[in-house]
Amino acid sequence: PFIMLRVASRVAASRVSGARFVSNSGLQFELSKESQELDDLSKKFSKEVIIPNAAKFDKSGEYPWDIIKKAHALGLMNMHIPEQYGGLGFGSVDACIAAENLAYGCSGISTAIGGPALAESPVLIGGSHEQKQKYLGRMTEEPLIAAYCVTEPTCGSDVAGVKTTAVKKGNDWVINGQKMWITGAGHANWFFVLARTSKTERTGKAFTGFIVDGNTAGITLGRKEQNMGQRASDTRGVTFEDVVVPDANRLGDEGAGFVLAMKAFDITRPEVAAGAIGVASRALDEATQYALQRKTMGRAIAEHQAVAFMLADMAMGVEAGRLLTRRAAWEMDAGRKPTYFASLAKAFSADHAMKTCVDAVQIFGGNGYNTEYPVEKLMRDCKIFQIYEGTSQIQRIIVSQDLFARAKANL
Amino acid sequence: VSTKSTGGVFEPIMSGRILVACKRVIDYNVKIRVKPDKSGVITEAVKHQLNPFDEIAVEEAIRLKEAGKFKEIVAVSCGPKEAKDTLQTAMAMGADRAVHVVVAGADYEKLQPLAVAKLLAKVAEKEQPELVILGKQAIDDDSNQTAQMLAGILNWPQGTFASKISVLGDKKFEITREIDGGLETITIKGPAVVSADLRLNEPRYATLPNIVKARKKPYAELTPAALGVDIAPH
Repeated sequence: PFIMLRVASRVAASRVSGARFVSNSGLQFELSKESQELDDLSKKFSKEVIIPNAAKFDKSGEYPWDIIKKAHALGLMNMHIPEQYGGLGFGSVDACIAAENLAYGCSGISTAIGGPALAESPVLIGGSHEQKQKYLGRMTEEPLIAAYCVTEPTCGSDVAGVKTTAVKKGNDWVINGQKMWITGAGHANWFFVLARTSKTERTGKAFTGFIVDGNTAGITLGRKEQNMGQRASDTRGVTFEDVVVPDANRLGDEGAGFVLAMKAFDITRPEVAAGAIGVASRALDEATQYALQRKTMGRAIAEHQAVAFMLADMAMGVEAGRLLTRRAAWEMDAGRKPTYFASLAKAFSADHAMKTCVDAVQIFGGNGYNTEYPVEKLMRDCKIFQIYEGTSQIQRIIVSQDLFARAKANL
Repeated sequence: VSTKSTGGVFEPIMSGRILVACKRVIDYNVKIRVKPDKSGVITEAVKHQLNPFDEIAVEEAIRLKEAGKFKEIVAVSCGPKEAKDTLQTAMAMGADRAVHVVVAGADYEKLQPLAVAKLLAKVAEKEQPELVILGKQAIDDDSNQTAQMLAGILNWPQGTFASKISVLGDKKFEITREIDGGLETITIKGPAVVSADLRLNEPRYATLPNIVKARKKPYAELTPAALGVDIAPH
């Protein structure tokens, strides 16, 4: 009983800011002042700029340039770029805070805003100082889009199956191939492209990453694809026909591309997971409000346990997913390899978010199916979180393989 | 900087400076709860913000500086140590430096507009602004007194409930005021005290880069004792 009292008071003390710790284990859930300011700013921006415009962009599919420019002006787009290249040098946890808050407003718009971070990640990890100065520097000077090109029409999960080739010709590389489902392609100033540079090497050494300027001859953009959700975001096919790229734009050593692309996921997966939490959190809030207002059998539906329990399960998923995501981001900020936690976070957050959105529609009932109410959009927007940035199935492969590797090491 | 003193009134040399008063108040979104002993409202571990009317005042000061009418913006706040965060917000929006008159604990709970006006008058004496802008009222006590009292103590003209401020030649200000009958336009001579009303402007967001830069801006602390002000309530 004494131990339970101590634990209870620890829990109670930490639920509000300005907590007074009765003992200090070192575990910390409170944000620093800087991070709290970022949290406030991104929440404010989402509430005042994104939410009022989300439905409009979902219907028209128009690219939300105005909103992107505002986010850029506020510093919300280039937080993680190091200060020497004009960014703010913020860490992974901060990026996740902003990603969640922006996605809460609209994950289509937040993907448009956050998409460049995906392309920037391999440059951050494997780029030379000159490459970073040239391609990251410009991103902070003006609102530009960059797109990450790995997926192809015949291979998504199977990155080893990438068929786009890069062949050395003198001091240049010539890229040929087709990429598909490229976020931001229609507006990209440059692309990160993963191409096969060897037919004989094993997968881990057969690919190379390149930075390709968007206005290079030979690049053909496909039409903007009509997707189930996140309609404000721009996804297209991109064809590369004899696209000439200088060797100066090769990212890292020849053959280092596969590892580079995989390492980039360590940065981006937690942020995408955070986006899923943002959508789930929004669905939970909308459904909670509705449940308190809608009446059936003479009472608010919130008073029916079937509904209340669904909301409780949604809350569990949101809180657990947020903690998993921030743990993954924290591992990154701590200078450790976050891959295991990133996969836990991505799979859990995406899967729970989808269930949360489906349940939110259920709670809204017939109204939930209708476009006048906000939840059908959340459900349509949410599905992609289980697919892009590594499917939930791929995440489970990563997690289980890590489990087995550690288990075998301990034998 | 020289001053001519006439029984509490002084005429500063034109400094190109605006003084903006900022109050730390409970965030407008927060549900207010009364303390169990009914002595006040719960403020501990509750989210606070820069008073929205003061935010409008800061924004106006920045716009006047951007228009080239003034050279420096000094944000001032009277309050506990957490008021430093409020001043950081003002600097993140664009104020150049901050002055914090530290008043804490029971002293702060009993701090009334007259005492604040006296403190601000002393700060104005030190800083020699041409214009002092305050929010018309704080959203916690809705007193709507400090600006008027400050003008009285300094013996400066006042333009309260301002929905428009224009700087005319020879250090005059044209103020459009929101009054019961509609709008009233007055011309007052600087140095002057103005209080900001809702429709004066729409405040900008503090951008992340500016939030980071604000931390390096000059910040000074003072006490009521050092300013020679008795802040006991009347």
